[in-house]
Amino acid sequence: MAPLIRWLTAVLLLACATQAVGDSIEIRDFDSPVQKERYRDLTSSMRCPLCENQAIGDSDAPISGDMRDRVYTLLQDGQSDTEIINHMVDRFGEYILYNPRLESRTYLLWGIPVALLLGGGVLVVLVVRARRNASTASLSASERDRLDKLINRKRSP
Amino acid sequence: MKRRLLLFLPLIGFLVLAAFFYYRLGEDPSYRDSALIARDFPAFDLTTLDEPETRVDASLLKGEVTLVNVWGEWCPTCKQEMPQLLELEDRGIRMIGVDYRDTRKKGRQFLNQYGDPFELNIFDPDGDLGFDLGVYGAPETFLVDADGVIRYHHTGYIKPEDIEDTIMPEVEKWRR
Repeated sequence: MAPLIRWLTAVLLLACATQAVGDSIEIRDFDSPVQKERYRDLTSSMRCPLCENQAIGDSDAPISGDMRDRVYTLLQDGQSDTEIINHMVDRFGEYILYNPRLESRTYLLWGIPVALLLGGGVLVVLVVRARRNASTASLSASERDRLDKLINRKRSP
Repeated sequence: MKRRLLLFLPLIGFLVLAAFFYYRLGEDPSYRDSALIARDFPAFDLTTLDEPETRVDASLLKGEVTLVNVWGEWCPTCKQEMPQLLELEDRGIRMIGVDYRDTRKKGRQFLNQYGDPFELNIFDPDGDLGFDLGVYGAPETFLVDADGVIRYHHTGYIKPEDIEDTIMPEVEKWRR
């Protein structure tokens, strides 16, 4: 009985081991912690072209795997983040960037929030000023008289 | 009076945005233009599916308007697309295949079974050419003009109605 149990345990353990290999966890060696950090930032800032709104770092799609491989290879080649991003955008388009780059096509996109904020500020200043002036200027002479009476104060001539 | 009109500003803003969103609602969110439109077909140096010793490069695509179809034996919609590709070949369009992430044996079997409209097939087992083309799923089809410049890109399989609606007009446009 004991040998049978031992044998079964061995088979089960082996099955678990092959399962883990089958899930293909990517193991990558980085030259430095900085490089590792850059890899993580880059793969989380690019959108998988196939699966809509999943970063290539999180996605199981085959194309995301290819893109991670390419990011890794380019990092090992010593390319800068901008060069790597350009390399990917040249192939898969602006779509893959979660943060669109600032260029003539995206001025409006980046500009609108700033414009709204400035516009709102100007509006607030204008409204406050208008209110301040309105409180005294918009009363006619008779209205002012009446107001003075109401608050029981005789205006000195 | 002027002040009153100003009060309608938020409503007008809302209506403009609502119209814009409503208009976009009918569109396919997965649709987008290829990054390679109006650019040269990417450089490559690969063998052909049937001849492991024959190397081909991007000069293959010069001289005539060509449809480059990226396919693979593993891709189910490529089977559905094949009758349309055969139809396009019948209409006299030069067809080049890219056998993407496949083995020679399976690729050949696929063509024997479903038909072979291609003048030749570029064999891309590691998906290198596919990557440079920005391919993220097969099938995808690129229209390349006589100068080797990519002019049109079709993601997903070519449906029977696409032949008349999009592919033929694009081919005619770039043949001139």
